[in-house]
Amino acid sequence: MITQWFFRHGDRRSLIAIIILVAVACLVPVLNLLVPDTSPFHVPTYLVSLLGKYLTYALLAVALDLVWGFCGILSLGHGAFFALGGYAMGMYLMRQIGPRGVYADPVLPDFMVFLNWKELPWFWYGFDNFWFAALMVVLVPGVLAFGFGWLAFRSRVTGVYLSIITQALTYALLLAFFRNDMGFGGNNGLTDFKDILGFNVQAGTTRSALFAATALFLALAVLVSSFIIRSKLGKVLVGVRDAESRMRFLGYRVDRYKLFVWTVSAMMAGIAGALYVPQVGIINPSEFEPANSIEAVIWVAVGGRGTIIGPIIGAILVNFGKTYFTAAFPEIWLFALGALFILVTLFLPKGILGLYGSWQARRASHAAQKDDEVLPPVVKQSSKRLAEPEPQAAE
Amino acid sequence: MKAKDTLLYLDGVSVSFDGFRAINNLSLVLQSGEMRAIIGPNGAGKTTMMDIITGKTKPDSGDVYFNGTVDLTGHDEADIAMLGIGRKFQKPTVFESHTVEDNLVLALSGPRSALSALFHRQSRDETDRIHEILYTIRLFEKRHWLAASLSHGQKQWLEIGMLLAQDPKLLLVDEPVAGMTDAETAETAKLLRDIARTRSVIVVEHDMHFVRELGVKVTCLHEGSVLAEGSLDHVSNDPRVIEVYLGR
Repeated sequence: MITQWFFRHGDRRSLIAIIILVAVACLVPVLNLLVPDTSPFHVPTYLVSLLGKYLTYALLAVALDLVWGFCGILSLGHGAFFALGGYAMGMYLMRQIGPRGVYADPVLPDFMVFLNWKELPWFWYGFDNFWFAALMVVLVPGVLAFGFGWLAFRSRVTGVYLSIITQALTYALLLAFFRNDMGFGGNNGLTDFKDILGFNVQAGTTRSALFAATALFLALAVLVSSFIIRSKLGKVLVGVRDAESRMRFLGYRVDRYKLFVWTVSAMMAGIAGALYVPQVGIINPSEFEPANSIEAVIWVAVGGRGTIIGPIIGAILVNFGKTYFTAAFPEIWLFALGALFILVTLFLPKGILGLYGSWQARRASHAAQKDDEVLPPVVKQSSKRLAEPEPQAAE
Repeated sequence: MKAKDTLLYLDGVSVSFDGFRAINNLSLVLQSGEMRAIIGPNGAGKTTMMDIITGKTKPDSGDVYFNGTVDLTGHDEADIAMLGIGRKFQKPTVFESHTVEDNLVLALSGPRSALSALFHRQSRDETDRIHEILYTIRLFEKRHWLAASLSHGQKQWLEIGMLLAQDPKLLLVDEPVAGMTDAETAETAKLLRDIARTRSVIVVEHDMHFVRELGVKVTCLHEGSVLAEGSLDHVSNDPRVIEVYLGR
C-alpha cells in the first residue's frame, strides 16, 4: 500500500532511500554477528556503532531540512532538540544502572550521591520506565519547540532574527545544563550506562539492534517527510518559503503551518538524540554547543536542501570526512569544514543532489535538442512524473 | 451615506509612519458590483490604502467596514482574505518553485487549516475549477511549468488567476499591466471587465490608456486623501489633478 502511495505521488527517490535503509538495517547486523571475523565481509562492532552514529546525524539532518529546506526557517539551534531527546534517553539509562553504580545507591545516580543529594528530584520520576522515557524523548523537544515557535511565529520573527534566537536557545540550554544543581549531571553529563531494556549496551548484539533501530527510524522519518511534503500542507510550506506574505493574503495562517512543521521537526531531532546516546555511551552539555547545530546546517547544505534524501547523504559524507580528517590530519579538520561550506555555497548552491538534478536536466535538454524540439523548462524532478504521462514537448 | 449598503466603506482613515502621514483623512465608498480605478502620483498612498484594507497595516484612526458590518481593522490578513478580499501585488508574486497548476491549487477557495491541508485530496470538482481558470488565463498548456519560468506578463495573469481561484467578493489589483505589451494590456483590461461582471474590483494603475480602456469611475489620490472623483474625463480636466500631475 505504501509502495502504491509512493508511485501515485511519484516520489521514487524517497522510496529507493527507504528500501536501502531497510536493507542496511538487516544487512549490517548480519555481517557483524553472523559473518566470522576472518571474512573480508565482516563488519566490526566499532564500525556498527560508528555507522549508527552517522545515521542519527542523518536523522537530525532530515529533521532540520524539513524546516529549513522546505519552509525556509533556518534553525541554528536544532542541536538543542537533539540533545534534549538524548538527555531523556540518558536519564532512562542512568536509572537502569540501579545499585551497580560506584556508590551502589539503589535509586540515586552516582552524581547525585556525589553531590550529597538525599532523594531523587521530581523530574527524574518515571524515567525508570522505558516507555515513559520514550514518550519524553518526543514530548520534551516537542513542547519546547511548540512554545518557542508559538511565540516566535506569532510575532512574525523570521529570517536571520529567528536564526539568532534559535542559537540563543541552544546556548541558554548549554549554560543551564552545565550547572550541577540543574540535576542533569552538570559538566560530566550522563554516562557509564549498563543496560537498555535489559540488554547490555556494550554487547555486540545490542549495538547491532540499536543500529537497525536507527536505520528503521530514519526510514520512517523519510516516509513521514515525504508524506508531509507531497501533501497540500507541504505545498503551503514551500509557498511560505518563497512568498510568505502572498500565502497570508490567500488566507492561510502561516504561523500555524510553521508551528506544525517546526514541532514535528523538533520531535524527529529528539528521536535522533535518543538513538545517539546509547550508541556513543554518553550525553553531556557540549551537545548543546551552538557549533553542533551549525554543523548540522552544513550537512544539509552539502547534501542538498529542499530534498528529502540530500541531508542523509550530506550528513554521512561530512561525518565520514570528519572521522577521517580528525584522525589523519587533526589540525586541518576545521579548515576543511569551513572550506567545504564556502565551496558548497559558491559552487553547489543546491548541494550534491542539486548537482545531480541539473546534470539530469542538461542530459534531457541535450536529448531534446537532438530531436529538434523545444522542451518545456524542467518541471520539478519527481513531482507527478508517475502520476500521469508527462506532457510531451509537442503539447 | 450609511456604511450598511456598501461593500467597502472607508471614513476618515489616517495612518502615519515615523511622522509621515501616508494616509490623511481618506474616505472612499465602493458599492457592491462596482469597479473603480485609483490613480495618483507616486507616494499618493495607493499601496498603503490597500495595505489598510487587507489588514497589513492598522490605521491610526478612522473606520474601515467591509460588507457594511465587518470592521476590518480588527482582523489580520488571513481573516480578511477568508472574508472575501483578494489582493494582487504590484510586483507579480507567485510561488516560483510550484507549477502553474499548484499555484492555483493553493489559491483555490476552501478550508485553510493545517490539518485539512495535510490530508487534503483534490476532488473532481476542484480539478474542473482549476482547469476552467487555466483556460481563462490562457495558461492551460503551461500548467505543468514552474511558475518561475513564465514571462512577466504570464506571471501577472497567473496571479489574477489565483485571485479568481480564491473567489473573493472584492479584488484589489495593484498595477496589473506594469511591464506588459500593448496587446497584453488590452487583453488584461478585457479580463478585468469580465471579472467585474460578478465581483467588485479596485484597480490601482498609472497607465491612463489602460484606465480609459476600463471605462469606470476614477478616484484620484494625492498626499493620502481624495483629490477628485468621477469619470476619467471629469477627473483629468480637474485643474487640481492637472497641477498635481504636471505642476511639480
